[in-house]
Amino acid sequence: MTRQGLIFTGPGVIALAAYPWVFRSNYAINVGFLILFAAYLGQTWNIAGGFAGQTSFGHVVFFGVGAYVSTILQTTYGVNAWIAWPFSALAGAFTGWLIGVLSYRAGLKGSYFALITLAVAEVGRIVANSVPITKGGLGILVRADPRAANFQFRDTVWFYYIALALCLLAMVIAWQLTRTRFGARLAAIRENEDAAQALGINSFREKVKCLTLSGALCGAGGTVYVQKYLYIDPSIAFGVDKSVEMLLVAMIGGAGTVLGPLIGSGVLHVIGELTRDLGNMLPGVSNAQPLSIIVYGAVLIAIVAWLPDGLMGLFRRRSKDGHHA
Amino acid sequence: MLTPEILFAGLINGLMAGGIYVLVAVGLTLIYGVLHIINFAHGSLLMLAMYAVFFLWRKPLGLDPYVALPIVTAGSFAFGYLIYRALIGHFSHGKDENILLITLGLSIIIDNAALFFFTGDTQTIDVAYAGRMLSLGPALVALPKLVSFAAALVICLLLGLFMTRTDMGKAIRAVAKERQGARLVGIDVEGVMAISYGIGVACLGAAACLLMPTFYVSPTSGYAFVLIAFTIVALGGMGSFKGALFGGLIIGVVESICGLWLGEQLGQIGIPLVFILVLLLRPTGLFGAAR
Repeated sequence: MTRQGLIFTGPGVIALAAYPWVFRSNYAINVGFLILFAAYLGQTWNIAGGFAGQTSFGHVVFFGVGAYVSTILQTTYGVNAWIAWPFSALAGAFTGWLIGVLSYRAGLKGSYFALITLAVAEVGRIVANSVPITKGGLGILVRADPRAANFQFRDTVWFYYIALALCLLAMVIAWQLTRTRFGARLAAIRENEDAAQALGINSFREKVKCLTLSGALCGAGGTVYVQKYLYIDPSIAFGVDKSVEMLLVAMIGGAGTVLGPLIGSGVLHVIGELTRDLGNMLPGVSNAQPLSIIVYGAVLIAIVAWLPDGLMGLFRRRSKDGHHA
Repeated sequence: MLTPEILFAGLINGLMAGGIYVLVAVGLTLIYGVLHIINFAHGSLLMLAMYAVFFLWRKPLGLDPYVALPIVTAGSFAFGYLIYRALIGHFSHGKDENILLITLGLSIIIDNAALFFFTGDTQTIDVAYAGRMLSLGPALVALPKLVSFAAALVICLLLGLFMTRTDMGKAIRAVAKERQGARLVGIDVEGVMAISYGIGVACLGAAACLLMPTFYVSPTSGYAFVLIAFTIVALGGMGSFKGALFGGLIIGVVESICGLWLGEQLGQIGIPLVFILVLLLRPTGLFGAAR
């Protein structure tokens, strides 16, 4: 990490940890949770989509598989939620491995890879809607019993800290990708896969490893979601909105950067809340939620067109101009 | 039980639905063939055209969807031409994932603008002939479905003639095959691309008019068609007209038979599964040239 990065890290972590003490309202803590959680999921997208260039349109499939595995273990087989949690990560990892092996064997790249992940998520949604073990479209309710031993908390602040811990963990992993040989191999594949292979990189193996890692992390996120809301259904678990959100926060903040997803998530949520509040003030508007999503779409186009490195690109350009010239 | 009669009825109904899919997929494959971009906004643009049909049908205009067909088709062409000129054209020389992301952004904007202005309610139009049934052997077919099937095939035929017999059609094919060469012989490549995108969207306008008598529209109804259209185009071969024609009919039948065989819920799995299998096993599709 750069010196600049180190200077920001300490105070940044302290500020995030102190946030619930400064803003005590449930609303503020919930918004904080949403920002951190979306940043975490966005980082899992970023590990594959940003660092390795494997743009996915169906990343939610890992989240959904993870959410259902731990929830079914809990409600049908009576397994404790904490013990079920690692199985979600395993299920996500397996799904990532499977998608990776199948689609990279077939040589799918770029848009084709993106579309196949979209189709796999759709298969997940249809299966979850149809088979008895997921209770179909009704979804699964987890019995509320708020005790720490059950991975349920009366006070939202605990989920805030769990999301913060996950977010930091994913950032450490992403940071490792900027300084390890594995990360360098992924970057080489992203920039020019043929050249990477000519240098002796086994791009198939590296890409599968990367997608497995990303799937494991994203799957673990599924459990946290269910434990917080105590409910899951097929359109939450496999809906295209979540895939798009993961992609958006990473792209807007800066794909392939450590801080990108967190910054993207923060900016998107603030824009979203502001647009909604402003929209609700317009005469005759009862629900301004779509307005904020329209803004997301416009921001995505603007970023792809003019700021391919995302908001982080702005910082980097400035620091390059200032210090290293 | 799947008796031969039920299977036959499923086959006929699948073919009828397939006609519309052909029209949607022809637009997508044309855009891919000429511009080499995957138009993720395809479903959203179809949804928008369906709303246009709905608002033309509603009072005070009260236009029948079949009467509205030339208007909606021309309007869709103009709309497609404009968004290409204003938006997509500027970014179409980058990486293909970037174009996919731009069209994704476009579809997010269109879907949510529809949700904001038209609410999430499902809208249908009802026309006197919607319930009229015809019997084809043991199968009963709704009249509008038969009309849409025939009209979709006629429109594809006309498009085929346009592509082979007119100067503009030849220019489009020249740009699709060899962009540089086309520019060298004096073809206005950017203009041809915008017109191709417009024609692709015009196909959606026609499809919307043929769909509305038997279908419904809501801000999310485009999404249902995105994966269907991509599946057809992947199955038929990216950029291939013949592929879109056969792919569309095959997918219509696959959808109908899967629905009968696996039930309404699980039956939906047929289309994404075909998509995945085609991409994994034969990425060039049935009629696609090796890439």
